Amino acid sequence: MRPGWSSLRSVARGANPAWLLAAVAALVLAAGLSLAFGARVTSLSELLSALSGPPDTMGEAAVASRVPRTVLAALAGAALGLTGAVMQGVTRNPLADPGILGVNAGAALAVVIGLASFGLGSLTGYILAATLGAALSAVGVYAIASLGAGGATPLKLALAGAALTAALTSLTTAVVLPRGDIAGLVQSWLVGGVGGATWERITPVLPFLAVGAALSLASARKLNLLALGDDTAAGLGETVWRARAVAALGAVLLCGAVTAVCGPIGFVGLVVPHLSRLVTGVDYRLILPASALSGAVLLMLADVAGRIVARPAELDVGIVTAFIGAPVFIWIVRRKRVAAL
Amino acid sequence: MSLVANITALRLRMGRRRRAMLTALTTLVLAGAALTLMVGQSLTPPLTVLRVFLGLESGGEAFTVGVLRGPRVVVSALAGMCFGLGGVAFQTLLRNPLASPDIIGISSGASAAAVFCIVMLGLSGTAVSVVAVAAGLGVALLIYLLAWKGGAAGARLILVGIGIAAMLQSFTAYVLTQAPSWSLQQALRWMTGSVNGAQLAQALPLAVALAVFGGALIALRRDLETLRMGEDTAAALGVRIGRVRLVVICAAVGLVAFATAATGPIAFVAFLSGPIAARLLRRDGSLLLPAALTGAALVLLADFAGQVLLPARYPVGIVTGVLGAPYLVALILRDHRKGGAL
Repeated sequence: MRPGWSSLRSVARGANPAWLLAAVAALVLAAGLSLAFGARVTSLSELLSALSGPPDTMGEAAVASRVPRTVLAALAGAALGLTGAVMQGVTRNPLADPGILGVNAGAALAVVIGLASFGLGSLTGYILAATLGAALSAVGVYAIASLGAGGATPLKLALAGAALTAALTSLTTAVVLPRGDIAGLVQSWLVGGVGGATWERITPVLPFLAVGAALSLASARKLNLLALGDDTAAGLGETVWRARAVAALGAVLLCGAVTAVCGPIGFVGLVVPHLSRLVTGVDYRLILPASALSGAVLLMLADVAGRIVARPAELDVGIVTAFIGAPVFIWIVRRKRVAAL
Repeated sequence: MSLVANITALRLRMGRRRRAMLTALTTLVLAGAALTLMVGQSLTPPLTVLRVFLGLESGGEAFTVGVLRGPRVVVSALAGMCFGLGGVAFQTLLRNPLASPDIIGISSGASAAAVFCIVMLGLSGTAVSVVAVAAGLGVALLIYLLAWKGGAAGARLILVGIGIAAMLQSFTAYVLTQAPSWSLQQALRWMTGSVNGAQLAQALPLAVALAVFGGALIALRRDLETLRMGEDTAAALGVRIGRVRLVVICAAVGLVAFATAATGPIAFVAFLSGPIAARLLRRDGSLLLPAALTGAALVLLADFAGQVLLPARYPVGIVTGVLGAPYLVALILRDHRKGGAL
């Protein structure tokens, strides 16, 4: 059972300011690390002078070149954290994640089809294709899982997601295989990463992220109602399907935009809401912003880790998050009773 | 009519259906083999194929049929049988049609290891296969241990497997980006599963695995059938559950790991063979042999479709992946309408 509203309020009031400060501090720290570490490690003075004016030394130039990357990691992490939290709320499923549910795979397939068949060139085109693919696969996976008795249980959702991912990946390979010209591009894009970020690649994404984030954050109260169960939510005057649709649209916009720029990055959306929930309790008005913040921190740190582990080369952030996320996934699975799955 | 006569008649009828279905499946496998032998870039008439195998033909036709297509047929059929047997053994043991090794991450362990060996360590041939088999076994053990919590419940096993598989797939995709272009094609095989460039040398370990592990499964087929009624019932009927379970898991993982080492993870074959065989036979008697034949037929026919029938030439794993997904969806739907064992 979830705690009642009054206890929830008190949890919210008690936890808020200190944790918010800690989260912002973590955000600044992660951003600093992301700017300082790489093939070349820069000192604090170089870091500060690079941020305050045009670069003079090699170190300062390195820092300057890491700024867009850090911004992209923060944005993508925040978006994915938010997506995961919304998806877990909409599906009432602790295992929801754009990677596990096959939504990333759908976005990837749509982008690859766009690339191969329609000569998609602009980033806005990628984003639209990715969002469309994400939306279609999200609807598909939810429909598959919720048909039949018992509704969309976590196990059914995860299985439907795994099945959809397998099928969509086969289709993606089928599209790419006869096209040697785009194979290399697609291959490297299919491992999600934030390397090579430039301001030109970040700007077109911003409107999509803004709309997605607004829709998601505005749905917080409705997600709280949905968490009480569909019947209760309907009894409290909520149009359940519309609440779901609006929140899901926000989530799909966010993960479609991120996938278009970075490629599919899994497990951030899974891990982050669970970590946030440990701190915030079950109120989505807190979970959502907390997930966005900690998602940004997590992805920046994962990106830094990827740069340190494989120096002077780097590990794409998508693989780092997979290796952080899979153990968390297993931990969640083990913690729940089987019946609850 | 007396009860005994009734039962005898029923047995007779079921036996007849089983024989008919087995014959049909065998015919399908042979038809797939014949098509693969005769049709490719060029058409080879059946008589010429026969003459090649009798050693009466030399030159171009002999090369095409004997060196290119012959090994392909053998490896396809053997790998298909391994996948089919391994899949149905898992499904029967865990009493869940979704608990097949390709969905719960066992083939992804083998393929991740193989890709790593090829791209990062520069290995090839037998060494890769050995590592792939070992990794398949290791990952299976890991999943089992992680899902263990006073007994490995089916749902937990599946979910842990899905998590591990997602992690390994991401690892494989990353390693592939590091691949120089000359080894990319070879490494790509380990993502999708393909029988392109199959060699007779690959068939030997497959045949041995099939004989040893398949033999072990066949020897235990009665116990496996009894286990379908539930562990308590089986124990009461005298099945030594611990031992049977251990042997079946080892054998099934071995089969899948060896097959994956030879062809890569051909998507959904392990998953599909058992349920298709069960449909054909109406759940009558052991599913091991029918599932093995179904697996072989699936791989042969899907490979033929990928090579000849489609506009571009696709490896077999892509064809089975695209074909298999709708079936998986259908299975989920059907299973839940029945309120099945999930």
